[in-house]
Amino acid sequence: MHILYKAAVAALMSVGVAQAADVTGAGASFPAPVYSKWADAYSKATSNHVNYQSIGSSGGMKQIEAKTVDFGASDAPLTPQELQTKGLVQFPTVIGGIVPVFNLPGVEAGKLRLTGQVLGDIYLGKITKWDDPAITALNPSLKLPDTAIAVVRRADGSGTSFNFTNYLSKVNPEWKSKVGEGTTVNWPVGTGGKGNEGVSAFVQRIPGAIGYVEYAYAKQSKMPYASMQNAAGNFVLPDDSTFQAAAAGADWEKSQYYVILTNQAGKDAWPIAASTFIIMHKTQDKPGQATEVLKFFDWSYKNGGKMAEDLDYVPLPSALVASIRKTWTNELKDASGKSIAQ
Amino acid sequence: MDAATTLDVPQIQSRQPEPKAPLRSQSSLGDVIFLNLTRLAALLTLLVLAGIIVSLVISSWPSLSRYGFSFLTSSEWDPPAEKFGALIPIYGTIVTSLIALVIAVPVSFGIALFLTELSPAWLRRPLGTAIELLAAIPSIVYGMWGLLVFSPIFATWIEAPLGATLGKIPVIGKLFSGAPIGIGLLCAGIILAIMIIPFIASVMRDVFEVTPAMLKESVYGLGGTTWEVVWKVVLPYTRAGVVGGIMLGLGRALGETMAVTFVIGNTNLLSDVSLFSPGNSITSALANEFAEAQPGLHTAALIELGLVLFVITFFVLAASKILLIKLQASEGKKA
Amino acid sequence: MSAVLPVVTKSKSNPVFARRRLVNRVALTLSLAAMAFGLFWLIWILFTTLSLGIGGLGLSVFTEMTPSPNADVGGLANAIVGSLVMVVLATAIGTPIGILAGIYLAEYGGNGWLASATRFINDILLSAPSIVIGLFVYAIYVSNAKSFSGIAGIIALALIVVPVVVRTTENMLRLIPNSLREAAFALGTPRWKVISKITLKAARAGVVTGVLLAVARIAGETAPLLFTALSNQFWSLDLTQPTANLPVTIFKFAMSPFKNWQDLAWAGVFLITVGVLAVNVFARTYFSPKNQ
Repeated sequence: MHILYKAAVAALMSVGVAQAADVTGAGASFPAPVYSKWADAYSKATSNHVNYQSIGSSGGMKQIEAKTVDFGASDAPLTPQELQTKGLVQFPTVIGGIVPVFNLPGVEAGKLRLTGQVLGDIYLGKITKWDDPAITALNPSLKLPDTAIAVVRRADGSGTSFNFTNYLSKVNPEWKSKVGEGTTVNWPVGTGGKGNEGVSAFVQRIPGAIGYVEYAYAKQSKMPYASMQNAAGNFVLPDDSTFQAAAAGADWEKSQYYVILTNQAGKDAWPIAASTFIIMHKTQDKPGQATEVLKFFDWSYKNGGKMAEDLDYVPLPSALVASIRKTWTNELKDASGKSIAQ
Repeated sequence: MDAATTLDVPQIQSRQPEPKAPLRSQSSLGDVIFLNLTRLAALLTLLVLAGIIVSLVISSWPSLSRYGFSFLTSSEWDPPAEKFGALIPIYGTIVTSLIALVIAVPVSFGIALFLTELSPAWLRRPLGTAIELLAAIPSIVYGMWGLLVFSPIFATWIEAPLGATLGKIPVIGKLFSGAPIGIGLLCAGIILAIMIIPFIASVMRDVFEVTPAMLKESVYGLGGTTWEVVWKVVLPYTRAGVVGGIMLGLGRALGETMAVTFVIGNTNLLSDVSLFSPGNSITSALANEFAEAQPGLHTAALIELGLVLFVITFFVLAASKILLIKLQASEGKKA
Repeated sequence: MSAVLPVVTKSKSNPVFARRRLVNRVALTLSLAAMAFGLFWLIWILFTTLSLGIGGLGLSVFTEMTPSPNADVGGLANAIVGSLVMVVLATAIGTPIGILAGIYLAEYGGNGWLASATRFINDILLSAPSIVIGLFVYAIYVSNAKSFSGIAGIIALALIVVPVVVRTTENMLRLIPNSLREAAFALGTPRWKVISKITLKAARAGVVTGVLLAVARIAGETAPLLFTALSNQFWSLDLTQPTANLPVTIFKFAMSPFKNWQDLAWAGVFLITVGVLAVNVFARTYFSPKNQ
């Protein structure tokens, strides 16, 4: 009995042997589906494992700063000052959109029209019923019920929340002064879901609910989403063409990729588009791991476009990718100052 | 017991007494080693477990020193503005655990009563095991089932009628007002109740079973009904065990994380006392925010929240021990 | 016991008796209802787990790795193995410490300072939320080792096992009547042998039950693994790296919008539930005191 026990322990300890290139990243739930897809394809192509875990943008920031992961992911970009202070580098990977989703039996996807002002008022708690005049004015042809609006937002620190609240701050002055923008804000009303997944789970189950999720989550779960009025005054539907229209005018290199795509000017632009970023340290303690991270994203830029589109993300234009590669060479160095990128 | 054997005197006489002296020194070495081995294990356990508490206190020091007692009374939990008040999570933890107890204790009592008095003998074992199986279901299953399956049905079939009926009564109605969205304090409380029923019920059943039959039969002999026997004889006799079982269930309810996080709604707002409203519990606040809390005040505040839970658990334990001592003291005083 | 029963002089026409009989009937009916209530939830939850999970079950669940969203093929092999390894190792570490400490508390400690303090802290930690244990391991191990790892997960799980095993061992040993010990002493057995070969053996059933219950508990724990072992999309037996495990994987997949992930999540739920139930039923029937 004792011998068996000891043998079992010994056998189990022997399985903890180091493996070949294994990279760990954590962060935003916004791009989690596409990173997971890329990692799967990359492991089949190269036998290297990139393990990405979705814990929220703020989680990603915390873990990369604590250096417990090889790269962090966040939808809330850092300003050049913040990058400088923290010694970090960021680069975008894909573009997607955030869509308001709702739970109103009988109202189909795309049929409900909302403006930023109305959406902000709903999230401020000023508009509490679906048949409020502000909403019915935008939707004269819809029969909206006298149900209370159950607001759903994020419980965890989220880049999706950052982009959403950034948009609301741009289009609803009261939101801007009362709440503002951030990955975590002092939400006036609302139930908190964990991750994009939590918000979609709540919205699907609570009658009269409204929430905001990344477009892939809405489309995959077949949740009805609203049509939004953009800065040009047109009501647009979320779609990769409207996301691309939003990204068209962005100037990426001006401020080290600090680009927020909300409320862009284009006539077809989706008002709540967003990009998502990878965060790494400028000076790498583990250059080998960092090189593997870069190899993965390099491969994904080259080969992952179709996979991203299948999941309703917009891949980056090639000019942008070229400048990202230049940033890798110039900015990411090991302890001795040598560039780690190939 | 074997059948009597014939006394074989020569065999007995030929048996020599064992030489004791060498065995004794051998055994005292073995004794010393074993004693110290177990003592070491106990010491290690004490140090590690106490170490957890100490390290939690140290990590929460920035928040402890900054807020002091107001941490417990302030309801403003605002990470961006670095304001932390734990009233809402504490309120949520206590309210959901109370709801769970209010539902689980009578139900467990009923189940224990059924298992010991009513059930036919051949059903006792399977039914008892079935109830214990509720305890074996992992808590994440409760959370997922609660959110994905139970909450929509709960909203339509229980919360809505409750709101329409009890919600209209003047004072109590406040508890049942508001939109019946399903998830919230009441839903979390009910799921907790289901989770702790097996703990309380099996302890109650175990102590009911060991009540001396003579006590029960003496009352039956006087013409007592089954209910009277249980209520006036068994329950007072087993008070200590029953209280212990309830405390066990309460401890479990206070510390439950995953099941509560899924269905409590994660809202740090205390707009009304309605049980329909979403809220937050200490454990769900930890689960949601720890992965991203910036080192510094936010992390310290979260760890202080965990410490508060420890303190609540400690008070529950202490209260149960005091209650047990009081019950023991009053035993024997009745004529 | 004071006289609490009104004396019954006549039978059915006596209003007092009629009321007592009614109270009795109502109470017993309610207790039947309570039993049905408890069983109702059990059946509903098990039925949900079965119906949603069994559809996703197939051989591929055990042979394929966790897939990416909307992939054609996928399974839970890495998560299952990761969980098994962590649970077994955590139990292997926690059980000896727990049993030895429990022996100390029951046999040697009595009411000395060490025993009382250990019992007290042990009771507190028995009710501790497992998430706090996870936070503790994150704070002292993960952030210093600068990596999430299976080892951190194992430490967290072992810290949950120890209080359970200490408590059940101590309780079981205390139930063994002193006459057994005294008989052994009278034969000249040294104390350590009395404890290990006689008392412990007599309490073996209860102690093993306690260990099995601890195993069942940590098999389903998610919160302590969230900040320690994290999870892993791929097959990896490297315990110094994030390790795939069933509870966190289920958590992630169940809430996602992808159908293949949701199906796998419920299959995983089915596996964990059945596994934990099997361990429980095995512990209670095979090692039941009534069987001894």
